[in-house]
Amino acid sequence: MLEILKSRLLQGYRAGKFPRRAPVMPERFLGLPLIDNSLCQKDCSACLQTCPAGAIQKESDGGITLDCGKCIFCGKCARACKSGVIKFSRQHDLAAFERKQLLRRDASYSYELQPKPIIRQLCGRSLKIRQVSAGGCGACELDFNVLNTLAWDMARLHIQVVASPRHADCLLVTGPLSKNMLLALKKTYLSMPEPAFVIACGTCPISGGIFAGSEAVCDGIEEVLKPDLYLPGCPPHPASIMEALLRFMGRQMRPMEGDRENKAQKEDKAQEGDKKPEDSLKA
Amino acid sequence: MAEQFLILRNPGAAPLSELPILPFDEFRSQALAAIIGRKARVVAFFAYAHGAAQRLLLILASDQEGKLLLSSSEIEGAFESFTPSSAQFHWFEREIYEQHGIMPKGHPWLKPIRFDSPGSNADEPGVCEYFRLAGEAAHEVAVGPVHAGVIEPGHFRFQCVGEQVYFLEISLGYQHRGIEKMLRQGPDKKSLHLMETCCGDSSCAYSGAYAHLLESLQEDLCPTERTQVMRMIAWELERLANHTGDMGALANDVAFRPTMAYCGRIRGEFLNMTAELCGNRFGRGLIRPGGMGYDINDAIVAKLLPWLQASGKELRNALELLFSRAGVLDRFENTGTVDSKTAANIGMVGIAARASAQKQDLRSYHPYGWYRENPYEAAWAESGDVYARALIRYEEIKKSLAMLEPALKKLPPAEKNAATPPLSLQPKHIAVSMTEAWRGELCLCAITDEQGRFEQFKIVDPSFHNWYALAMALRGEQISNFPLCNKSFNLSYCGHDL
Ligand code: SF4
Repeated sequence: MLEILKSRLLQGYRAGKFPRRAPVMPERFLGLPLIDNSLCQKDCSACLQTCPAGAIQKESDGGITLDCGKCIFCGKCARACKSGVIKFSRQHDLAAFERKQLLRRDASYSYELQPKPIIRQLCGRSLKIRQVSAGGCGACELDFNVLNTLAWDMARLHIQVVASPRHADCLLVTGPLSKNMLLALKKTYLSMPEPAFVIACGTCPISGGIFAGSEAVCDGIEEVLKPDLYLPGCPPHPASIMEALLRFMGRQMRPMEGDRENKAQKEDKAQEGDKKPEDSLKA
Repeated sequence: MAEQFLILRNPGAAPLSELPILPFDEFRSQALAAIIGRKARVVAFFAYAHGAAQRLLLILASDQEGKLLLSSSEIEGAFESFTPSSAQFHWFEREIYEQHGIMPKGHPWLKPIRFDSPGSNADEPGVCEYFRLAGEAAHEVAVGPVHAGVIEPGHFRFQCVGEQVYFLEISLGYQHRGIEKMLRQGPDKKSLHLMETCCGDSSCAYSGAYAHLLESLQEDLCPTERTQVMRMIAWELERLANHTGDMGALANDVAFRPTMAYCGRIRGEFLNMTAELCGNRFGRGLIRPGGMGYDINDAIVAKLLPWLQASGKELRNALELLFSRAGVLDRFENTGTVDSKTAANIGMVGIAARASAQKQDLRSYHPYGWYRENPYEAAWAESGDVYARALIRYEEIKKSLAMLEPALKKLPPAEKNAATPPLSLQPKHIAVSMTEAWRGELCLCAITDEQGRFEQFKIVDPSFHNWYALAMALRGEQISNFPLCNKSFNLSYCGHDL
């Protein structure tokens, strides 16, 4: 018993400040891409040629469209572009309610912040999730699972993974939908009480991701299940997933960017003493 | 008849003309002789179409000699199964039958392993005959493919009498994405990314093996000393993250919450260190053929060193606590035992093999990259139970931590190296590259055509060897011990299914 207590002291209090405070993303993190089409050269297609996922399209009026729903965030296009059209910000907040909102042609951050009223009404306070992996590499599952560890602890925000689809509000799907998971995914969905919401977690369920075009996969779940939320990433960072889930529920956990001196943060500062330097985002 | 093999060292390549093509009987007897006489293991065994001909290719590893033995044979539609003589072949032969319809005659049951055409005659994945225990007291428990937690899909059938499991059958294939097929005709702009997503938690082991494979096929692609050290850092961070996560999960399965909670967080520290190197927690984009995608600068070293020390200390504390609890040890010991004879017979690899007294670790016996100059002493244990598999992880955590610190402190200086040359692989060659992923041996094998493109690409994930070991570990166990046994292996579905 004594050893357990001693160890508890050594390990310290490590719950993260996110989502009450913005997450601290790694220096080299590739988040929301910012496009400046005014710099785009007419006869250049360096980005298209280098993109492994076919996420970039050249438009007839010049300029490019980068489809975050196909992008695996490898950053090769930004390196290939000599004119600086594509830049990746460290913005982790990537989820959108509509597929077309994932098409990026500028540097705006204009994703719709309000949820659909029905979702907020039913899941605004608590969200029960059933997860199904449908192909993929397992990384999305791992970084979703991380939200159960003490540094993220999504249960404190009333988000919970449930064992049976019968108890779930929403289905969180990962993977490009392998043909071999088609039946199981359909059956899981049909076992859920209505309205069964669907979250596409990661680039794979949105478009097939890097596996798109393989005869063994369905290039995303869209043909079978219409997602209510799209979260690109390969895999999405845990902060992106948590932000997406809160967005889905219609919950605003901290003031908008720019409004720095606010109450929650003042409180945080007061508690700063008991906190180790880098624990804001380690899970 | 003198032995005929193409001998390679890991990673290695040779012109295809040096690969012996033997009459099948000779191919078979020489292979079996090497398995018995040289204690060689089956690393890969697969079929491929070469023009109109069908070929079998076998890669054996002789750990004590540090050599890979390759051989091949041409066949027509069928061959005499190896499985009755050596159980190591049984999963490979099921794969050959499923992928090519080539019949290994005498194999006990050629069930599909991925439910991928053409050998698979099932209508739906998992819908097929299963092993059945007959009798009034016998009952069957079927679980999956969708499980209660957040894990990948797989189907498990337990044949039980009361609480006791007589046989566990594991049916996979749900994660099948057709990666090997997509890699053919490469390398192209997708190849590296496909490698990184074969098995998401082993991205660095895969991208590293792939880099070595291409480097062995193209002379001017040669990694600098600094690159070698940085790759080792990526691999060992990956190992640390996964081993730490597994230790937490094992603690959870025996209801010891403190270590579970600590390890869950500390695993994230290692992932975040990797993200510090390349922006991605799984090391995507970090390793690439010929070099690295990102450099480690002084600022990163200065950040990582104290971080690593602090996390290492906390991790040791969490694990010492775990191993000091009588209740934990009582649950770990004698649970899910695979004895050393079985381990050798079925060709287990990696941590699970080392826990069952198999002295094998590619870093020691087939060293590659950094480990060539820096000998690594493999950890191993004898009891073959959950305890041994936990202990191996603990030992390897300590070893990885001990390797990382000095490496970060003494990174060789950056050389002004010219840009990586464009890929142009040697035509008509065969290459094999293996890395010790955190689960165990990962093998990639490529055969190039006249243009230097991949005519064949074979991937053998460590889990391919080890799923059957999990089934063996469950024999005679209580069914309630399944989660604990399963976690102690923590095998990959996507790596197996590809
Ligand atoms: S970052 Fe996205 S859009 Fe750019 S090259 Fe990579 S996959 Fe394509």
